[in-house]
Amino acid sequence: MSGYIMYGLAISLLILSYVKDKKKTRMAIKKGWRSFLNILPQMLGIVTLVGFIFAFFNAETISRVVGNESGWTGIVLAAIVGAVTLIPGFVAFPTAAMVLQNGGGYMQIGAFVSTLMMVGIMTAPLEIKYFGKKLTIIRNSMAFIFSFFVAMAIGKVMGL
Amino acid sequence: MIKKVLNQYKLFIGAIIAIVVLSFLNQEMGQRAIGMTTFSFKEMFTVLPPVFLLLGLLDVWVPRDLMVTFMGEKSGLKGVLLAIFLGSAAAGPLYGAFPVAAVLMKKGARFSNILIFIGAWSTTKIPMFLFEMAALGRTFALTRLMINIPGIIIIAILVEKMLKKEEITEIYENASKI
Repeated sequence: MSGYIMYGLAISLLILSYVKDKKKTRMAIKKGWRSFLNILPQMLGIVTLVGFIFAFFNAETISRVVGNESGWTGIVLAAIVGAVTLIPGFVAFPTAAMVLQNGGGYMQIGAFVSTLMMVGIMTAPLEIKYFGKKLTIIRNSMAFIFSFFVAMAIGKVMGL
Repeated sequence: MIKKVLNQYKLFIGAIIAIVVLSFLNQEMGQRAIGMTTFSFKEMFTVLPPVFLLLGLLDVWVPRDLMVTFMGEKSGLKGVLLAIFLGSAAAGPLYGAFPVAAVLMKKGARFSNILIFIGAWSTTKIPMFLFEMAALGRTFALTRLMINIPGIIIIAILVEKMLKKEEITEIYENASKI
């Protein structure tokens, strides 16, 4: 859905740009294409590697690790799994719902969803390319710690 | 030339070999890996073309002083809100945010706004929020959103404080080269 909006927006702006200035438009396409090629090799590598790692995970394995009774150990493990993996949201959310049905705890799922979205160990090489090592490490560590606050908030609200 | 290309794609080639080997050892796991990889590839190639096209247009059409007014050093609350909005309206995985952030930096957006933009892209994306609500319930999704918005702003401020001025300058110089 949102993909279509992005395409619609990009194409209409491209047409508008072309009408206004052909030369500038050509330059814009060239610039976009160049940045795309710039990160393509690493991106292909990361995405394929994540696919490989995903083979070792399924809903049952995850449910066992992050069960309702798993407590803080489970929360920490869930946060680590989320930090390492790179699963698109529309796979991650249904998986998380499945894990919940299989006895996963809300706090654990909260930590998992949060680190999954905010922490990117696998994408760190890309992030370093743009922002350097120090910023990448600080940002990811802080997001990781923040995820435990999210887990606590989710635990409080969902426990009511 | 070939060596350079091989070197660039070594992770990709290595991961493909790993999946092929895994498929021989355990068919079920191999299939899961291939399924996930195909899925992510589809996501990558549907989402990224418009992102990079918009990025190119932004680079060519938006003048630096306009960006400075709206997201620069003195943009204040306006800059923060715009950063949250731009990040949340986006589609696609977090790695799509980095090149966009680089162009925003090149145009003179304030560093904390860049960090807020990345935070928003990572976790308050509107399409993802709707999806989260459908899968995990309204209370779950809303609670996360409510804590995430102040969270990404606080993280942005703390990260900016933890870096030295020269380090930030260096990141900006690096971004203008990309």
